[in-house]
Amino acid sequence: MTLRRRLSDALYLRPWLLLSLLLIPPLLWLGIIYLGSLFNLMLYSFYSLNDFTGQVEYRFSLSAFRQLFSSPANVDIVVRTTLMALVVTLACIGIGFPIAYYIAFYTKGNARTFWYLMVLLPLWSSYLIKVYAWRLILAGEGVVSWFFNALGLGWLLQGILSVPVIGGPSLSNSYLGMFLVFTYVWLPYMILPIIAALERVPRSLIQASSDLGARPGQTFRKIIWPLVIPGVAAGSIFTFSLTLGDYIIPQVVGQPGFFIGQMVYVQQGTAGNLPLAAAFSVVPVVIIAVYLLIMRRLGAFNAL
Amino acid sequence: MPGKPSLGLRLAFYLGMLFLHFPIVIIVLYALTTEDRTYQFPPPGLTLRWFGEAFQRQDMWAALWLSLQVAAMATGIALVLGTMVAAAMYRFQFLGKDFITVLLILPIALPGILTGIALLTTFKRLALEPSFWTIVIGHATFCIVTVYNNVVARFRRTGFSQIEASMDLGADWWTTWRMVVLPSIATALLAGGMLSFALSFDEVIVTTFTAADQKTLPIWFLNELFRPRERPITNVVAVFVMLITFLPIVLAQWLTRDTDDLHGGGKTG
Repeated sequence: MTLRRRLSDALYLRPWLLLSLLLIPPLLWLGIIYLGSLFNLMLYSFYSLNDFTGQVEYRFSLSAFRQLFSSPANVDIVVRTTLMALVVTLACIGIGFPIAYYIAFYTKGNARTFWYLMVLLPLWSSYLIKVYAWRLILAGEGVVSWFFNALGLGWLLQGILSVPVIGGPSLSNSYLGMFLVFTYVWLPYMILPIIAALERVPRSLIQASSDLGARPGQTFRKIIWPLVIPGVAAGSIFTFSLTLGDYIIPQVVGQPGFFIGQMVYVQQGTAGNLPLAAAFSVVPVVIIAVYLLIMRRLGAFNAL
Repeated sequence: MPGKPSLGLRLAFYLGMLFLHFPIVIIVLYALTTEDRTYQFPPPGLTLRWFGEAFQRQDMWAALWLSLQVAAMATGIALVLGTMVAAAMYRFQFLGKDFITVLLILPIALPGILTGIALLTTFKRLALEPSFWTIVIGHATFCIVTVYNNVVARFRRTGFSQIEASMDLGADWWTTWRMVVLPSIATALLAGGMLSFALSFDEVIVTTFTAADQKTLPIWFLNELFRPRERPITNVVAVFVMLITFLPIVLAQWLTRDTDDLHGGGKTG
């Protein structure tokens, strides 16, 4: 018997050998490089920065977390980011649901493939290009202002921009503009899981519901919506978590007020405070974990 | 599934679709404008000169070349590791299988900034200088799951009996892999590979943490966003990048059209 043959037989007769050969390289990569790095990040959040040398001190300390929570500005950042993530998630459900509903129930064959691709293409077009496009659209001399002025509604836009908190000098320098960009960029992540969930709703149930005399609105509330909640939940996890971690959109479109992602970026970069950056990056993980718990309480995962 | 869509639903659908595609039209329009400093709308005039100027920018070509190299290398690693783990997960029942599922999804479920800063702290601790390879390591980590999703879906569809038949007929593992397994997963590999190529080609968040002065195309692009002049060049490159990423997506969709849904929904920013 040749060596190759003998190796082959050994693999066939001892499945665990084949399993370990297949599993060890990817496990080494994900387990050591990825999980190891996450673990190391957690460790860094418990280190401190030496005030005199500016070097990281590799000793246990809570100073990074103390720094994080003792400053009201930092707490503001966490609250601001979380609120934005929630509002963006709600908007994505509001805009995304009708799109998914239409594609799942009212298209078929080639038209369906076409519309599906029309959701997939914006998802896959470059993130930065999408953000940049909105900078063009929202700029003071850009499309939106032109549109309002052409309709003689310039005063309306000015009125909206003068509202405290959401307004600003122009749409590209306001929380309202930032909200639009976030909603746009993450919208496909909401549409796709909802389409998948709607496709799994048995058509016979809907038929039965209307046969038994339910009005379309009732069928929607009592049959379709409960079955689609897991899809909405899956989509909302994406939109929520992506908004929490983003640092480029607040930098390109928006107000001077910082977001969590920007803090992480600035602290590790210009500020050179890696422990504080690590502590800040633990925050979204905790918020996402809490969010998942709440979603489970709401029964969103029961049908998963 | 009531008979006809109501007017309200149709309106919400078409307006939503307009919302999704309008910015892409704007990018193309602004690539042709004669105004290069402000975002004036409508453009005062149309010109093709920015295409010529963009193609003469050496820094753009260098960034494009680096991005292509990184994407090719990361995709290569992801193809090998993703296929291995897909085969193991499909073929065997073992302890800790759920853990591996979580491990695979984690890099795309957690915000990209976390992967970035985690890798950065580790490179710092190991005193590794950021380089071409640190970028590749970051990209390969989140590309593995894309390949895995596509390949494992195909494995589940084809079943194990063909492999057993091949072995029964006297083929060894290598021959079976070459003649039976590879042909049946080839299009899934191609689709997963193209998706992870597009994913890596576009990635910016993890890259800012794992690169030093290397400029991939998205990083070049990010720097361009804050340049006061010659803005339309940025748009020309944007149009170019969109074409490069669209082709693989449409092709991947086409490759998997009769089989399973394309598993591309797992892309994160």
